[in-house]
Amino acid sequence: MNLVAWIYFPARLAWRQLIFDRTKLVAATCGVLFACVLVFMQQGFRDALYASAASAPVKLNGDLFLIHKQSEAMWRPVHFPRSELMRTLGNPAVAEVYPLYLGLAPFKNIETRTKRTLMVYGFDPDSVIFDIEDIINMRTALRLKDTVLFDEYSRPEFGPVRQLLEAGRNVTEIKDYKITVIGLFRLGVSFAADGNIITSDLNFMRIFPDRNLDAIDLGVIRLHPDASIKQVQAELSSQLNEFVNIFTYDELLQYEKDYWANIAPIGFIFGFGTVMGLVVGLVIVYQILFTDITNHRHEFATLKAMGYEHSYFIRVVFASAFFLAILGFIPGYLFSLGLYHLAESQIFMPMPMTFSKAMTVFLFILSMCMTAGFLAIHKLKAANPADMF
Amino acid sequence: MSLVIDVKNLNFSFGSGALTQPVLKNVTISIHKGEIVLMTGPSGSGKTTFLTIIGGLRQAFHGSVMVLDQQLINSSEQVKVKVRQQIGYIFQQHNLLKSLTALQNVSMTLEMQNRMTEQQRLDRAAEMLKAVGLGERLNYKPDQLSAGQCQRVSIARALVGQPKIVLADEPTASLDKQSGHEAVTILERLAKESQTTILLVTHDYRILDIADRVVELEDGMIKER
Ligand SMILES: Nc1ncnc2c1ncn2[C@@H]1O[C@H](COP(=O)(O)OP(=O)(O)OP(=O)(O)O)[C@@H](O)[C@H]1O
Ligand SMILES: [Mg+2]
Repeated sequence: MNLVAWIYFPARLAWRQLIFDRTKLVAATCGVLFACVLVFMQQGFRDALYASAASAPVKLNGDLFLIHKQSEAMWRPVHFPRSELMRTLGNPAVAEVYPLYLGLAPFKNIETRTKRTLMVYGFDPDSVIFDIEDIINMRTALRLKDTVLFDEYSRPEFGPVRQLLEAGRNVTEIKDYKITVIGLFRLGVSFAADGNIITSDLNFMRIFPDRNLDAIDLGVIRLHPDASIKQVQAELSSQLNEFVNIFTYDELLQYEKDYWANIAPIGFIFGFGTVMGLVVGLVIVYQILFTDITNHRHEFATLKAMGYEHSYFIRVVFASAFFLAILGFIPGYLFSLGLYHLAESQIFMPMPMTFSKAMTVFLFILSMCMTAGFLAIHKLKAANPADMF
Repeated sequence: MSLVIDVKNLNFSFGSGALTQPVLKNVTISIHKGEIVLMTGPSGSGKTTFLTIIGGLRQAFHGSVMVLDQQLINSSEQVKVKVRQQIGYIFQQHNLLKSLTALQNVSMTLEMQNRMTEQQRLDRAAEMLKAVGLGERLNYKPDQLSAGQCQRVSIARALVGQPKIVLADEPTASLDKQSGHEAVTILERLAKESQTTILLVTHDYRILDIADRVVELEDGMIKER
């Protein structure tokens, strides 16, 4: 038998039986749609988490990065001596090095005067370690005492800073220390921080009087253009003290993501949510296919009496499962797309609908439906042609 | 004339052990190509059981059942499937697929034969439906047809594959007198045209006139009339 007929005829029968009962079809589709939306949301939140966790390093402009081994993630760093970073200058491939200081501190809303924690970055205004136009342009201005730049993508709870600046209201407090917001930039929030402030290293020390310039949180190393990053990394890691990690850009991103995926229980929670969504969907689809076979067992037995083989009906069941996956996925995808936009506008999390994410969820849903089909085929035994006369 | 169905000393019982209930006892019958044989007999005498064994739907273990030169006693699933494909069935209920139109239902028989194109299948099915007087109802679904019309669709479905044998179990039981007689007359005419063998179980004495031979199954044993 040729392959087209092998799958086409059973698939066509499955399709005709599916569309015959519209009410049941809608109910079945809703079941798959439900699972689909659940999985999309879990995946979306998880990816948003990883993306935002990595949003700070994404904009960092360096080839190699030093971070203390005990720093679990950038938002909760352990300091290490600046001299460690300076030592890397001994390697001829290293062009420049710059320290970065990080700290969480309460920021007072200019309007409502309520305080909320955000992340403060302190950097040497002579360096170009952030790959962000607005910061590069404002470097000279940041040399002034007690001036900061505010992240426009911070959560709205910090106040409408852009409008306030335009109205000339630019003075507030960080950690009860008076500062002036002299401009805006765009970075984005993460699960660790609801907002970001960037200032010079000296201003950073004024906001955090218990910190000093010799205890740094992250070291950014820039190499000469012709240097091999991997090779320099290997050379440096043999020279540096045990307590620092030396990462390439990609490794730093991965380190941040791994923190959220493994060390924090959040990665597990979203994984669990995905599995639960699939299990619920599996049960629903199984139930639908099972009742479908039960309802059609006389028809199947009739076809068996006419000479159709058992494997034909297995193909019918799998084709039904496949159609349910497609029919549920399409509206599920569109619905999730809407929810992603809603989430982006309401909770300011990046929730992009990428092709690979859509593909992943589709494969999840497809395997879910196929598994349900696999579990349901045992019911085909109820179609006994001897009972037909 | 060649034998299409040749049954010798067929014994069949339901259940096992102390609960064994013998249904067919030493049944012996031969049916030639093109013969129309009607089988009557009291309720519970084993007529349906006999048909399901001949049709390869039920496994029997004792005696000899040669159908279209295949031995069905202790046969494999492949042998039974092969026999089923060469037999047209007409059931007491029409047993049509309710999500398919009359035309699609009839085509289902032809979908097992992959030598035909889709168009040839539909043409043949439509021709067959015209032959049973339903040329105007090709795209009706079973719930839009009367019981008699449905039974005629199922006759078309049984005959469209040009089976060597047609097995029918009380095909007129769910029909009124007129549509019952109509259906059976169509069946007789089409079968005679193509030299198809028919074994038909009925309680309906009004249709005995189509038979070449009438046999009676009584208490599991065959009696010629
Ligand atoms: N699946 C079964 N399991 C056990 N016993 C059965 C089964 N099917 C039929 N029987 C028994 O076998 C005997 C013959 O049944 P069968 O259906 O062949 O009779 P029949 O001649 O077709 O009767 P009717 O004219 O009422 O259709 C009956 O006594 C019946 O109770
Ligand atoms: Mg019966």
